[in-house]
Amino acid sequence: MILFIAKRAAQAVLVMLVVALIAFALFRYVGDPINNMVGQDTTFEQRQELRQTLGLNDPFFVQFARFVGHAVQGDFGQSYQLRQPVSELIAQRFPATFELSMVSALMALVIGIPMGVYTALNRKSISSRLFMTLSLVGISLPTFLIGILLILFFGVILRWLPTFGRGEVVQIGWWSTGLLTKSGLESLIMPAITLAIFQMTLIVRLVRAEMLEVLRTDYVKFARARGLKPRTVNFTIALKNTLVPVMTIIGLQVGSIIAFAIITESVFQWPGMGLLFIQAIHQVDIPIMAAYLMLIALIFVIINLIVDILYVVVDPRLRVSGK
Amino acid sequence: MKTLFLLAGTAALALAASGAARAEPFHYAFQGDVQSLDPMGLNETFTIGYLGNIYEGLTHYDKDMKIEPGLATDWKQTGPDTWRFNLRKNVKFHGGQDFTAEDVVFSWKRSLTEGSDFKGYGQKIKDIKVIDDHTIDITTPEPNPIFPREVVYLYIMDKGWAEEHNATKATSPKAGDDNSTYAAQHANGTGPFELVSRQPDVKSTLKRFDGYWDKDIPTNVTDVTFTPISQDATRTAALISGELDMAWPIPLQDWNRLENAKGVKILHAPDARTIFLGMDQFRDELLYSSVKGKNPLKDKKVREAMAHAIDLKVIDQKIMRGAAEPAGELIGPQINGFVKSLNTPYEYDPEKSKKLLEEAGYPDGFELGMDCPNNRYVNDALICQAVAGLLARVGIRIDLNAQPKSKYFAKVSPQSGNDTSFYLLGWTPSTFDAHNALFNLVATFDTEKNQGQFNYGHYSNPKIDELTDKIVSETDQAKRQEMITEAMTLLKDDVGYLPIHQQPLSWGVRDGVSVAQRADDVIDLRDVVIEKAK
Repeated sequence: MILFIAKRAAQAVLVMLVVALIAFALFRYVGDPINNMVGQDTTFEQRQELRQTLGLNDPFFVQFARFVGHAVQGDFGQSYQLRQPVSELIAQRFPATFELSMVSALMALVIGIPMGVYTALNRKSISSRLFMTLSLVGISLPTFLIGILLILFFGVILRWLPTFGRGEVVQIGWWSTGLLTKSGLESLIMPAITLAIFQMTLIVRLVRAEMLEVLRTDYVKFARARGLKPRTVNFTIALKNTLVPVMTIIGLQVGSIIAFAIITESVFQWPGMGLLFIQAIHQVDIPIMAAYLMLIALIFVIINLIVDILYVVVDPRLRVSGK
Repeated sequence: MKTLFLLAGTAALALAASGAARAEPFHYAFQGDVQSLDPMGLNETFTIGYLGNIYEGLTHYDKDMKIEPGLATDWKQTGPDTWRFNLRKNVKFHGGQDFTAEDVVFSWKRSLTEGSDFKGYGQKIKDIKVIDDHTIDITTPEPNPIFPREVVYLYIMDKGWAEEHNATKATSPKAGDDNSTYAAQHANGTGPFELVSRQPDVKSTLKRFDGYWDKDIPTNVTDVTFTPISQDATRTAALISGELDMAWPIPLQDWNRLENAKGVKILHAPDARTIFLGMDQFRDELLYSSVKGKNPLKDKKVREAMAHAIDLKVIDQKIMRGAAEPAGELIGPQINGFVKSLNTPYEYDPEKSKKLLEEAGYPDGFELGMDCPNNRYVNDALICQAVAGLLARVGIRIDLNAQPKSKYFAKVSPQSGNDTSFYLLGWTPSTFDAHNALFNLVATFDTEKNQGQFNYGHYSNPKIDELTDKIVSETDQAKRQEMITEAMTLLKDDVGYLPIHQQPLSWGVRDGVSVAQRADDVIDLRDVVIEKAK
């Protein structure tokens, strides 16, 4: 088991290095940071000097090695634009993204699973068909459009909810939370729905498909034959067996929720890491872009590692190959 | 909405304690954030405009971009290169410190430190002699007829405060520790508003400074919340939904929505920024063209043909909703040195264009690559598309390369050797004086003399260079204007550039709020009056 984890961890480090390498290769095509860092009256020489001090004239591999060298010590450098340490900036933005992602994930689960079960059990009913049609709409509409439509309807026409930002936040240590104030909660509703809709429709369709499969198995038929209440059969026996693959998918989706929050965050001006990243792209703020991509890679790697470990724990057959 | 109530609530409490008038909150949004609170951090219009509410220079622009006294009460030129400035007495910084001559000396020296982006302004001063606490003599390296304009954005910081917080040097993008970036996150100026809180990219709040020296500024605003909202659609929606008192820029295509919505209106006026097209006039063969072995743009006839082929009225009507001001000169009417007679655009005459092209030896026209930013100026990429369409009518087939500003500037600027044949650029002279445009855009490209840095096409006319050198130090204003007029006339006769228009400023404002729309796209909170609360 320890060997298995060590092996996976070594692979994870390799993945991170490759991500960093690809990211750095791409940075050469995002444009020139200098022009965004100085005003129009700055002379040509001063610009060249700045480029030199920032090490932008160095060969690609020198820049890459320097980045990796500092990164392993936990130093991601200083934002070109905001002139603050990048690690500090990301720590400030992380709570906003984390709260948004977790609330959306929860929303997707709490609504998605019962809906999936319902549509599987009542395949022919009108409401099931309605749900399935709606989920098709949800899965095909781009996040950007959903966000703008929500803003238009609830923000501009009805004026029930704030159209942008995070509202008032409460500081608990280094963590800032919007969950404890009314304006914070109000601000959370629309971005959370926007981010949750895709995941929710995915879960509905997955649970429904798995449920239909499980309902056809012999042990469910046998349970019915034993005369157990439909409720017990459906929820205790069938649903439990459905959830194994569903959990795997959800685990992996958590990573993508955090990563895909970029679009939702920029539509709602939600001050999270995604917005920081988008703005960094506009300003060619390479240190922020590099650190963000590394962090997202790390989150994916960790989630995958946990899922892999859980597999081994759950399924003893896998342990043999682990040795 | 709720945020505003909360803010208003806290402000009311604060004011009840101080016994002032009722709270007037003002909540506004721009597409980008204040880049740094350090007044010498970044010389960018929005950032220095915002900081102008917190910090002040010796002189100040009023709402019509005329110079008025700031921290200096008056000044006069005492010699060809010396200026006497009398400083305002009884001025306090937000932290309670007194404003004196030594703060001016300190701030000037700070503007020359390594991280400063205001070295260009600092270098306009050779030395400052302190006569007494409120009188200084400034010497300039050479006679400078527009010196009071050069110090508008040289904001004054308190020496003691900076020393206390280890902020005596401008924050540099390379700075590592927290101390050296103190001034980028905190502020202590003499302006009418003081900083309450700042979260980069989230929001910044200001409150009225009770001890401000000028009791006659029009504003009645007590609390200011600024939020950057980068998405156009979100920003417009936030304004219409009533969450904001003001937001800008509003995309021109959203004007209808605002006009149809209740409680908000569009404010527009010509920006001081002139948009124009530049052409490679130095290479012997263009980088992006079907013509090989020679450079057609070196031929004045071809440039003239292009000038007569671009219908500025169509661009204004179809792309700018009629809100732009078609231009014939490289600088607008707000700029010192502007000549009205030169501002008549080249006449639209495609037949003449075709004839000129034929005379130049291109009866079938030619292909030409064009570079264009797509997120820098108002509808920039659309203008380029229109230009491409108009030029195609006379046979010049444009291959358009429109890309984000970071990539665009990396390609066309001198560091990549001005890798372009034909490009679109906009310019506002930072001093609001013609010399700035001549020096940066028209003078021959020369990194030694640091001139022509934005002359991406390397247009060059020795006579204009000579005039530009003289204009910088000519103190007789009438003679100076004559030389500016001569230089601009030469440029126009040469068809060195193809001016398009002054783009419109586009602000969205809630009814019941009055603001002064300055031609440099800066909102000065001194002029914001809340006539009717929400």
